[in-house]
Amino acid sequence: MENVENVIVTKNLTKVYQMGVVRVHALKEINLTVQRGEFVAIMGASGSGKSTLMNMLGCLDQPTSGDYFLDGKNVNSLDKNEYAEIRNQKIGFVFQGFNLLARTTALENVELPLMYDRYNRIKEPHKAAKSALERVGLTDRMNHLPNQLSGGQQQRVAIARALVTQPSILMADEPTGNLDSLNSIEIFSLFQTLNQEGITIVMVTHERDFADYATRIVEMRDGHIRRDWIIQNRRNAQADLVQYKANGSATEEIYEQN
Amino acid sequence: MNRINNLIKVALKSIAKNRMRSLLTSLGIIIGVSAVIVMVAVGQGSQAKIEEQVASLGTNLIVIFPGISKSGGVSQGAGSFNRFTLKDAEKIAEQATLVKDVSPIVRSGGQVIGGGTNWNTTINGVSPQYFDLREWGLEYGEIFTERDVQVCKKVAILGKTIADELFPGQDPTGETIRIRNTPFIVIGVLKEKGKNAMGSDQDDIIFAPSTTVLYRLKGRQFIDMINAGAVSTDKMDAAQAEIRSILREAHKLDEGDDDDFTITNQTEITDMASETSRTMTLLLGAVAGVSLIVGGIGIMNIMLVSVTERTREIGIRLSIGARANDILVQFLSEAVVLSLFGGIIGILLALLISGILNNFTELRTVIKPFIVILAFAFSGSVGIFFGFYPARKAANLNPIDALRYE
Repeated sequence: MENVENVIVTKNLTKVYQMGVVRVHALKEINLTVQRGEFVAIMGASGSGKSTLMNMLGCLDQPTSGDYFLDGKNVNSLDKNEYAEIRNQKIGFVFQGFNLLARTTALENVELPLMYDRYNRIKEPHKAAKSALERVGLTDRMNHLPNQLSGGQQQRVAIARALVTQPSILMADEPTGNLDSLNSIEIFSLFQTLNQEGITIVMVTHERDFADYATRIVEMRDGHIRRDWIIQNRRNAQADLVQYKANGSATEEIYEQN
Repeated sequence: MNRINNLIKVALKSIAKNRMRSLLTSLGIIIGVSAVIVMVAVGQGSQAKIEEQVASLGTNLIVIFPGISKSGGVSQGAGSFNRFTLKDAEKIAEQATLVKDVSPIVRSGGQVIGGGTNWNTTINGVSPQYFDLREWGLEYGEIFTERDVQVCKKVAILGKTIADELFPGQDPTGETIRIRNTPFIVIGVLKEKGKNAMGSDQDDIIFAPSTTVLYRLKGRQFIDMINAGAVSTDKMDAAQAEIRSILREAHKLDEGDDDDFTITNQTEITDMASETSRTMTLLLGAVAGVSLIVGGIGIMNIMLVSVTERTREIGIRLSIGARANDILVQFLSEAVVLSLFGGIIGILLALLISGILNNFTELRTVIKPFIVILAFAFSGSVGIFFGFYPARKAANLNPIDALRYE
């Protein structure tokens, strides 16, 4: 039995893609443990395997070999339907491209995961969706369609959708990759707040500055974990935001001042 | 159950959000269903029309034609042609117990002059029972009597067409007409009977006593055929057998000799006519059925395109925990709703078209509830059948592949 305080434990997690006759080792025996309450940033150049790892952890893709324990449960032995159930109940996933349903209001988008919950764990889906949107600060945008919202607002709808099922872990694959600096800092501020409230977060980013908002950095290269360390001087997104707004200046200056 | 409801709601919303696409998808089914219903309705309408026309000949009618006499299967040739005389008809009337009315029929034709104009028509010599046999009532006047037949009285009963041509807008009884220069007194006008199954006008005819036509117009002794009415429909076969034995005896045929006459009846004619129109109904229905299948393939096409177009949406749904089954139900209910919608519109369209056909054309249509239910059920099955493949294709996508799809 794995320690339940470890939300994620991987053992020799490996992913091999067959591209024609060439076998590409995207992940090579990854051993990673994430404890409850951590805020982990996975970094690395493109092609380092960070997104592949993220898809494995998010149960969007299945590893070639190795074990993955989520909340103490080995998910590799599960069938397709159980995988869907894990995605629905244990994981909240936030994508770089938001991935909201077009022509569907913010509120309906947030309610969507609850529709696929066979056990109706959340008793009042409508209410839950509203409070999730309130939590990300979009009380007044609930009935807007995605194309009526800014990028930052769309991403916050996506975060609300990820949170509405009360998952064990929030996963984000380059959540600010499509956003400008101000919106990015706002998203990280939200992440830090959520993390302080007890939500475990694993995110992928390729910007070192943004990784510093996390509590721990896992650096990947060529399918391996190259470095894994706890951040000593953690940045405070809220403080950066205040400063950014006060100066009206570019983010680089803020980073320089720190 | 709540989850299924939600999935169906999602399908309905998606249809409502893509009105044009939905309409085009349903169009195939709309045309298919309405084609099936209208075609079958036209077929059944013509069947009903034929049955009605055949029934207008009179129920339980038995028709006896003279034929060529044969001996042991060998035709005796043209000279042996055995004709009926009035005696044959009388014998049937006297001896047959299962026959209610008998009438000889003597056919003639020619120029008729009356009311200051003339007309060329058929003159049939018959017995007074003929009008009961054909269930043919009078508009004016009365029918001639047995006594008139015995004395070859020169009286005539006009068909509606003749009456309208010679004496438009008046009661012609008591008027004199000349048939081939022989004067006849009009004693009655028949009610309109309309066209027969072959399309010829049954009212373009004059009836006179059989003897009058035979001796005064034709000057011969052979009659053309005999009509007889069985006492009831279920006694038709027995009545025919009875007539056959009476005629064989009258013609002094030995055992082993072939009949020198032919007996046919109402049911045979009806059967043949409705068999023909049933075949036509089937054929029309089959052609229309093909168009329904083509409509189904149309739905499959659009659904396949829709699956491809919405791969990202499917990816999103899968990534937040939708199972393959949920996606399957969503897309399948979309296909089924579209085809049922098409079915309903198709039925309404069919009702409209058949109404137009009935009111503005010669065609008659009969819509039976059974065919409507069948077409509707079939359109639903088309939705399930042709929706299943695209739906399964959507459901079996890998979430990450679906999400990456551009």
